[in-house]
Amino acid sequence: MIYDVVIIGAGPAGLSAGLYAARARMSTLIIEKEAAGGQIATTDEVANYPGSVEDATGPSLVARMVEQAEGFGAKRVSDTIESVDVTGKIKILKGEKEEYQAKTVIVATGAVPKHIGCPGEKELTGRGVSYCATCDGAFFEDLEVFVVGGGDSAVEEAMYLTKFARKVTIVHRRDQLRAAKSIQEKAFKNEKIEYLWDSVITELKGDGLLESMVVKNVKTGEEKEVFADEDDGTFGVFVFIGYDPANKLFEGLVQMENGYIVTDDNMATNIPGVFAAGDNRVKSLRQVVTATADGAIAATQAEKYIENNFEE
Amino acid sequence: MIELNKENFEQEVLNAEGTVLVDFWSPSCEPCKALMPHVHELEEGFGDKIKFTSLDITKARRVAIGQKVLGLPVIAIYQNGERVDGVVGDEATTKSVKELVEKYS
Repeated sequence: MIYDVVIIGAGPAGLSAGLYAARARMSTLIIEKEAAGGQIATTDEVANYPGSVEDATGPSLVARMVEQAEGFGAKRVSDTIESVDVTGKIKILKGEKEEYQAKTVIVATGAVPKHIGCPGEKELTGRGVSYCATCDGAFFEDLEVFVVGGGDSAVEEAMYLTKFARKVTIVHRRDQLRAAKSIQEKAFKNEKIEYLWDSVITELKGDGLLESMVVKNVKTGEEKEVFADEDDGTFGVFVFIGYDPANKLFEGLVQMENGYIVTDDNMATNIPGVFAAGDNRVKSLRQVVTATADGAIAATQAEKYIENNFEE
Repeated sequence: MIELNKENFEQEVLNAEGTVLVDFWSPSCEPCKALMPHVHELEEGFGDKIKFTSLDITKARRVAIGQKVLGLPVIAIYQNGERVDGVVGDEATTKSVKELVEKYS
């Protein structure tokens, strides 16, 4: 069958697009690689989404979005899209399991956590180096943890990790945090959190588990090696230094800027019938609230596009 | 899928003959939970060649750390009690897990 709208990605942008598209009675398919949710599914607290209840978690928010989208008739499948042909009037998406055809495509593939890019990082991922506090926090009960970054995510996840870790040290390359003031205030009150300013990690070491790391002071150039407490044998390094857009599939096909898809105010890309929504496009604020807004606009515009380009 | 814990890990994995798959997960790990149904599906196809097991790390944190697992998800393959292969973190996808299972079956 040829769907009216196929949405790639089931984070807040994709689910919101699915909800709006299905509600407009368009045949709607949402394709997600693994699980619904995207980055927000691994976020413990979502305090700034308007209407969010106290103690709302990423997974609970996503579960409600999924329910809502499916309630209006959006279909959801789990598949990995491997290649796309979007230049024709009918867009073709080749998945690992199946091939999909659509009149319009909404690219809501989101973004993935950035890596430090230092020696040892890859080898020690899952062995002390982590990009997901809710996944891995429990391992570090009563151990020491370092959090890399100074933005909202880094500071919020550092606070979350104090539930488990004995001590959490924020390693930040500047001498002040970039996180929202309200988040900073909370963090500065937390006695378990310490700070290593003007610092970056240049190497991670360990045989099987993370055992030490080299920290460089960017102002003085001085490097020192930080070792795990002898009784612990290991420690954690959680990395929250931003995200990279997950747009590989569309490289060379759709206009991009620094890896992000360029859209107009209507979420339209330079390819007719192809829209982008969420963290993977050029924009000034990447939050759940802007992702869901993008999704709604993209779906509404997809409907208009179909009206104008396909006869009943 | 055999549920592992502190008590039976050694017997079911480390002292087991043949090939054992261990799905390390935790209730707060969304990627792990997303992967789980796919692992169950693979068990249906390959359960006669590989023993499928899972370990909730919140119930056996030290066991997991003892296996050098400090981050999730991890799908590990053991042969005659020794860890010989596996996929970790972002690399653990439905595709990579399927390839892993096919390789050892």
